[in-house]
Amino acid sequence: MTTGETAAPRSFSMKRFLAEQLRNIAPVFTLVALVVFFTFASSSFLTLDNMLNIVRQLSITGIIAVGLTFVILTAEIDLSVAAVANAVGITVAYFTIQPDYVNIANIPLPGWIAIILALLSALAFGLVTAFGITFIGIPSFIMTLAMMQIANGVSALLVRGQIAYQYPELVTTLGAGTAFSIPLGINAAGKAMFIPIGWAIIVCMIFLFVGHLVLTYTRYGRYIYMVGGNREAAEYSGVNVKFIIGSVMVICAMCSGIAGMLGVAYFGSAQQNQFDTFLLDAIAAVVVGGTSLFGGRGGIGNTIIGLLVLGVVNNGLDHIQIDSFLKILIRGLILLAALIINVYAQVLKEKQADLD
Amino acid sequence: MQDQSRQTSGGQQPLLELTNVSKHFGGVMALQNVDFTLLPGEIHGLVGENGAGKSTTMKIIAGVHTDFDGTMKIKGREVRLRSARDALANSIGMVHQELSVVPDLTVAENVFLGNQPLTSIGTVDWGRMNREAKQLIASLGLDIDPTTTMGSLPVGLQQLVELSRVLFSGARIIILDEPTSALSPPEVKQLFEVLRRLRAEGRSIVFISHFLDDVLDISARVTVFRNGKKVITEETAKLTKDMVIAHMIGRGSKGMHMGEAAELKGDDAKPVVLSVAGVSDGKNLRDFSIELRAGEITGVYGFMGSGQIELARALFGKAPLRRGSVSLDGKPVRFRSTASARAKGIAFVPENRRMMLFRQEPVYKNVSISILDRIHRMWLKPRTEKRIAEGHIKDLQIRPPRTAIPLGSLSGGNQQKVALAKWLTHLPRVLILSEPTRGMDVGAKEDVIRIVKSLRDKGVAILVLSTEPETILTLADRVTVIRKGTVAREFATGHIEKADLLAAA
Repeated sequence: MTTGETAAPRSFSMKRFLAEQLRNIAPVFTLVALVVFFTFASSSFLTLDNMLNIVRQLSITGIIAVGLTFVILTAEIDLSVAAVANAVGITVAYFTIQPDYVNIANIPLPGWIAIILALLSALAFGLVTAFGITFIGIPSFIMTLAMMQIANGVSALLVRGQIAYQYPELVTTLGAGTAFSIPLGINAAGKAMFIPIGWAIIVCMIFLFVGHLVLTYTRYGRYIYMVGGNREAAEYSGVNVKFIIGSVMVICAMCSGIAGMLGVAYFGSAQQNQFDTFLLDAIAAVVVGGTSLFGGRGGIGNTIIGLLVLGVVNNGLDHIQIDSFLKILIRGLILLAALIINVYAQVLKEKQADLD
Repeated sequence: MQDQSRQTSGGQQPLLELTNVSKHFGGVMALQNVDFTLLPGEIHGLVGENGAGKSTTMKIIAGVHTDFDGTMKIKGREVRLRSARDALANSIGMVHQELSVVPDLTVAENVFLGNQPLTSIGTVDWGRMNREAKQLIASLGLDIDPTTTMGSLPVGLQQLVELSRVLFSGARIIILDEPTSALSPPEVKQLFEVLRRLRAEGRSIVFISHFLDDVLDISARVTVFRNGKKVITEETAKLTKDMVIAHMIGRGSKGMHMGEAAELKGDDAKPVVLSVAGVSDGKNLRDFSIELRAGEITGVYGFMGSGQIELARALFGKAPLRRGSVSLDGKPVRFRSTASARAKGIAFVPENRRMMLFRQEPVYKNVSISILDRIHRMWLKPRTEKRIAEGHIKDLQIRPPRTAIPLGSLSGGNQQKVALAKWLTHLPRVLILSEPTRGMDVGAKEDVIRIVKSLRDKGVAILVLSTEPETILTLADRVTVIRKGTVAREFATGHIEKADLLAAA
C-alpha cells in the first residue's frame, strides 16, 4: 500500500510530462527513426553531400513554412501559400526583360522596381486575405481557398501559358546563386572537391531564425500564442485579436511571395502551377513538426523538425528501390500518422488540464 | 404544511407526488427531504433563490437527475425515471430557459424535430408535417405559418412553438423554467392564455420563475424553496408578494447575515466617470441608463437574462450598441473592440473565468497579457513579468505562490484572483465585474471583496453585476435593479434589504 501511494504521484507526473511533450517528442523520434531506416536501407543516403541536398531541397518550402507557422499558431489556416508564391514569382518575371523567344506581353522595368512590385503584390494578397477574414468574417479556410484561385488566376493572366526565364539579378542570385563552397578534400583525380551552399539555404535559415525570435522573444509573438491558445480570453484581456489574425495572414503572404521569387529562380523558369506541391509540403512540415492545428502550441523549432522529416522522406524514398507511385501513398500515410499524433497530443493535454 | 396541501386538494389524487426526496452532488446537499405534489389541471408556481433547490427538483421530475433518495409517484404509481426520454414516456415534458430550437429550420420542422412524419418511401412527408404542426399550434390559440423559419419569430412565439413540441410528444405534466424572463408584457399575457387553455384541458404545469408577480398571477398554488428544503406550499389566494419573499429569504427565522442588508452610501458629489444613457442593443437591453462614479461601487442586480451580461459586454467593446450613448469623463466614446476599451482604461472580469484565462499557460503570462504593451516595447522581459506577477500573488494571497505553474492547476477562487490581478498593475478608470464571487469558497470570497473595496478606495469606478442579492449588498455603494433590460429601480442611500431587491426586480 505504501509503495502504491508513492508510485501514484510519480506516474501521474510522468503522464503529465508525456501529455505536455508528446507533440515535441514524437516528431524528433520520427525523424531519428527515418534517418536510421534510410541509412540502413541505402548506402548513398547518409552522406554529407546528400544531407546538404536535402537541406537545399527544403529551402523554398522552409520560407513558406515560417509564415504558415505564424498562421497555424493562431488556429487559422492559409491554403493560398503556394498559389501566392507562384503569382509573385511570375510577377517578378513579368516586370523583367525576357529573351526574344518568350512570347509574353511583359513590361520590363529595372530589377529593383520589379522586386518592389512583386513584394507589393504579395502584400496585396495578404491584405485582401486579412480583410476578408477579420472584417467580413469569412473563415480562413474558405477565404484562402478563394485567394488560392485568385492568385492562380493572376498567374495565368500574366504568363498566358508561356514560360518566363529571366529575373532581376538579386532574385537570381538569392534563388539559384552560391554563397560559398565547403571544401570536401581532393578526389582520386587530384582535383579539389567543393560542396556549394546556395543563398536560398541561407535566406531560409534567416527566415527561420527571425521567425523564431519574433515568436519567442517579442510581445507580438506572445500575442500570437495567446490568441491561438484561447481567442476569447485574449479578447477579454483587451488584445486586438483582429489585428493579430490579420497581420499573421499578411506575414504569411509575404513569406510565400519571397519564397515564390526565390523559387522561380531556383527552378530556372516561371510558369503556372509550378508550386502546386508546396502547399501540402508546407502545411505538412508545420503540422508534422507538432505545431497544434488548434493553435497556441508549437513554433519554429517544431517546423524545422517537420521540414527535416519531410525532406528525409522525400529524399530517402528516392534512394531506395521503390515504386515511384507508391511513394505518394507513403507520404500520405506519414502525414496521416502525424495528424493523429497532433490531435491526440491536444486531447491528452486538455484531459490533463481538466485533471489539474 | 403537507396536511394543508392535502386539505386543499380535497381528496383529489395527485398527478405527481414526491415524498422525502433528497439529492446530493458529491458532499453538497442540494435537496433535503422534499415533499411535493402536483394536482391534475393545476398550475403550480415554484419559487426560491438561486441554488434553493427548485431546478434540482424539476430535473429529478424530468428525468435528468436519476440518482436520488426518496420516492416519486405518478398517478399513485411509484416510478423511477432513467432519462429525459423516459420522463417523456411518462408524459412529463420540460421547456428549459435556454430554448433548444433550431433557428434555421421551419416552425413545423422544429415542432417535429427528430420525429418527422415519413412517407411510405421514407422521405419527409412535408404536407402532413406542416398540416399537423399548424393544427397543433392552432390548438394553442395561435396563428403561425408553419413554413416560416423559427429564427424570424419573436422569442415569445419561439417559446410557444417549443411548448407545442412538448405537447406534441404527449406531455401531461409540463415544466416551464423561467418562461417569462425574455418576454415582453403582451407576450407574457399571450403565454398565460395558452397556459390557462392547457389547464382547462386537464394538463398540469409547474411554473418556475423569479418573477413573483407572474407566479402569483398564474399559479393556483405556490411552493417556496430555501437552501435545498421546501419551506411551504400554499394556495396563491392566501399569499402576497411580501409573504413569498419572506419565505424565500427566511426573514425572522434567524439574525441578519452578511449580504442580507446594507447601508448604501451613494455620494452624488463624487465625479461621474462613465455615464451610460439610454442604451439599447436591440435585444436584451432596452433604454438602460446608469452612472458610475469614481471611488464608488455601483451594483446592478437582476435575474438571470435581465441584460446584465449584455451590458457588461457592450461597455467593454465586445458587443455593439444600437442606440444610446456612453461617455467617459464627459466625452462620448464608442468602443469597437475590447482593445480600444482597454486602451481607454476600462477593465472587465467576465462571469466565467474560462473566458479570460489561459488555463494551459503559466500564471505570470496570464497576469501580464493585459499589460504587455506597458511593460515591453518589443522584446519580452519575462523577469519583469514574473516580478509583477509575484507582487500580485503576494497582495492577493494567491495559492500556491508560484508564477510558472499552469493556471489550470490553481483552484477556482485563486483563478478568479488571477483574473482580477490582470487589471491591477495599472489601475483602470472603470472596472466591470460580472459575478465576482460566484462559486467561490468563503475565504476566497472575502479576499475578493477586500480587493474590490480597496480598489474603490483608490478611486476606481466599479460596476458589479450579479444575480445574487448578497453579492450586491456586500459590495455596492449604490444599486440599480435591472429588469428585462431596463432600469427597474435605483437605490442611492439608506438602509436596503434583500427583500427590497427581490421586490424591485
